[in-house]
Amino acid sequence: MSERIKQIDILGVVMWFFRAAIIVAMLWGTIATLMDNPYSAKAWTDTIVAGIAQGSLYALIAIGYTLVYGVLFMINFAHGEFFMSGIMTSTIFIAIPMSESGYLDANPVLGLIIIALVTMLVSIGVAILTERVAYKPLRGAPRLVPLITAIGASFFWQYYFRGLYGSEVKPFPLIDSIAGKMTIFGIEILKSQALVIVVAIIMLIGLNLFVIKTKVGKSIRAAAENKDVARLMGIDVDRAITITFTMGAAMAGIAGVLYALVFRQVHYFMGFFPGIKAFTAAVLGGIGSIPGAALGGLLLGVFESVGPALFLEGLGVPSPHQLKDVIAFTMLVLVLIFRPQGILGERLAEEKA
Amino acid sequence: MNKSITIKDIISKGLIAGVVILSLNVIGFITLLGERELITGWFSLGHVFLVATPMAVAYFTTKNMDYESKAKPIGVGFVIGAVSAIPSIILVFLETNTDLRQFLANVSPALTEFLTFGQGVVAGSFILLLFFAVMSALASFVGLLDKKIQHPLVTGVAWVLGIATFSEVLLIRIRDTFGRGVAKFIFEGETLNPIIALFIFLVAAGITLWWDQKGDGIKVTFAGFSPQKKKQLSKGRSLILMVVILFLPLLLGSYLTEVTNNVGIYILMGLGLNIVVGFAGLLDLGYVAFFAIGAYVMGVLTSEGALGLDIGFTFWTALPVAVLTAILFGIILGVPVLGMRGDYLAIVTLGFGEIIRVLAVSDVFKGTLGGAQGILQIPKPEFFGIRLVQPEQLYYVVLGGVLLAVFIATRLRDSRLGRQWMAMREDEDVAEAMGMNLVATKLMAFATGAAFSGLAGAIFASKLTSIFPHSFNLIISINVLALIIVGGVGSIPGVFAGALILVGLPELLREFAEFRMLIYGVLLIVMMLYKPEGFLPDERRKRESSTDEELSLAEN
Repeated sequence: MSERIKQIDILGVVMWFFRAAIIVAMLWGTIATLMDNPYSAKAWTDTIVAGIAQGSLYALIAIGYTLVYGVLFMINFAHGEFFMSGIMTSTIFIAIPMSESGYLDANPVLGLIIIALVTMLVSIGVAILTERVAYKPLRGAPRLVPLITAIGASFFWQYYFRGLYGSEVKPFPLIDSIAGKMTIFGIEILKSQALVIVVAIIMLIGLNLFVIKTKVGKSIRAAAENKDVARLMGIDVDRAITITFTMGAAMAGIAGVLYALVFRQVHYFMGFFPGIKAFTAAVLGGIGSIPGAALGGLLLGVFESVGPALFLEGLGVPSPHQLKDVIAFTMLVLVLIFRPQGILGERLAEEKA
Repeated sequence: MNKSITIKDIISKGLIAGVVILSLNVIGFITLLGERELITGWFSLGHVFLVATPMAVAYFTTKNMDYESKAKPIGVGFVIGAVSAIPSIILVFLETNTDLRQFLANVSPALTEFLTFGQGVVAGSFILLLFFAVMSALASFVGLLDKKIQHPLVTGVAWVLGIATFSEVLLIRIRDTFGRGVAKFIFEGETLNPIIALFIFLVAAGITLWWDQKGDGIKVTFAGFSPQKKKQLSKGRSLILMVVILFLPLLLGSYLTEVTNNVGIYILMGLGLNIVVGFAGLLDLGYVAFFAIGAYVMGVLTSEGALGLDIGFTFWTALPVAVLTAILFGIILGVPVLGMRGDYLAIVTLGFGEIIRVLAVSDVFKGTLGGAQGILQIPKPEFFGIRLVQPEQLYYVVLGGVLLAVFIATRLRDSRLGRQWMAMREDEDVAEAMGMNLVATKLMAFATGAAFSGLAGAIFASKLTSIFPHSFNLIISINVLALIIVGGVGSIPGVFAGALILVGLPELLREFAEFRMLIYGVLLIVMMLYKPEGFLPDERRKRESSTDEELSLAEN
């Protein structure tokens, strides 16, 4: 018994040492970078704004993970593919032809709304199909089983869409009215980035209100709390789950449109890393919580964007921007070790974590 | 259980089959396989895949249906086939009348040509409809036949298709063994001669027929043998197996041995991941990290290029260092995740795998690991002064590794530690309450898994003579995971089966290369839905799953 306690202590000490080492390294790097001061204030602002825009995208995608995890306790590994499928399809069938005919530049608002609607529809379709075929028959199966089908679904969709549209990168057309920069509060910002941030905020607030205020939202929250009891209360749990997937996929679709506006290209593999990053964001903010996903997304975006220059450059790491992903994944590991409930999450019960 | 079938059922089933075929068509799967002719002048692999879906749907729909006369199920099959052709016919009309190709990369005139049998749109569509309908009716008809006729028939067709599919490989073997003349007689170009195909069908069907009648008798005779004789027989069988394994390269020839070596490396990794996922129930998606570490250690220690340390390491002395480094990293990466369970563990390990890969690509370690250019000029292993250059020679290195790994894995499974792993897999909390040291048990699982993977990586580096960070991506982790799931989680023979199916077959069927990951995805889903215990499940698990309906993967 005493030996056992000692072991945990040693492990605890190792973990504490690990945590301290990371914090010291971060501080050291930050101080060294700031002393050196290689970038202008404008460069920092640009980096932070880009980080916020990127973070807004992560937040929108993270919603899907958080909602599904909240209800089904499963990591929907294929969620990144919901994000990819919609914008791939609407880029090829809607955006490019509309841009070639000049419609998109003449009516950018209506054009973008049509693109967004088609994107959401396709994303939702892919999500519902995946849910029906790969997840629904596995309700009540051990937790790892749906995770493995989700991995399978992810690869299936990636290569399915590669077969459909080809493996090359497709350019998303430039829309004149959102090209270039604008100035808000004295900060120069790309118009597309501003659009991303504004749309993300509206969508996140709208979704949160939907889940809190409406009856459908209530049924989702009830299903998340306890499926059996929800069923006894007359709630159609399967319908609630389908709606959960629908909402997550719709948000992923919107994120896809915004992604295409900022990065101006789409690709069959584009969903994979944003998907994993968004999952990280959801965990960071506290999985199961919508404000948590928003906060986690923002934090992750900013860290990823500022981190390489701020923490790593001062440590003398060559070309630190290559290590953006390392920062994101290290954040995931740190959060899971030291605060698995996330920033805004409640402590998950043993059965959930 | 007989069911009556409504018209609505028939049409909806036909349409589902039709949509599946349509999907296969638009992603270019069928056109690609259409280039692979199976029997000269008759049909291609594309035709087989095209018509397989409606045939399967027709077969399973009519198998258990009520009927007064045989015409009814055959008619149902006919209608299902005809309906399932409609989406593809619409596609053909769309393709010829609009410019679909600017949207869908694989909807091309070649597809139309293939779907209409080169007979023009109208006549071709009619032929396609008839082809689907007749073949589906045939499938229904076969479903009605007596088992005695059905079994030999299906076996015969399966053999013909199998031999024709692998003709490319068989052709090389036959040509090298029996000479060009024999090869030319059997295969025209790379496709099977129709007469030979008929011959193969007759032989396979005949043997099956004979076995169906006499096989039971032989089994009874065998069961009647005395235990001693049985023991002798099984000894003889293992002896034959050993000799075959020992001389396999001679049997297979250079190309197939190379394929076998690749399969062997995946078997090594599979055996390791099987310990982590199958025995201990820890889903590790970053398994490729240890493979990379093994490979890089081997590369850095032995490379004769600019990046080699040149401190006198040979393959054999670097091998233990690579394995030990992998074990060390297994423990280092294992410690932070000790408290995590299930899906969180999966994502974090995936993150670790990516971190290792990104670090290897980045400029941070460019001086030692070569960045994106990787490490070149790694020497092949040397054995008593002989440099093992040929795949036939390298086979024995891989074989040695695999045999060692199988031995260790089997012994571990039956050891105290193995039982602890399985107890942990079933329920961590209960295992801990029983006084088990979870920390040590988990770390042992990670370390052992990492050791196998590191060994595989080291052999891989030496076999390839150059390594690039891009060969250590997530896809490898997924491949290994898929192969142990297909074989049967926790089953050692399952790893062999899984590696042969998922790594060996695609190497032989290079037509599939582009769709390999798509097929893996489907396979993962289908296995989890219908056969979660895998093709060769572990004995213990089989017993478990026969007593209750629980799916066999660890719950945690």
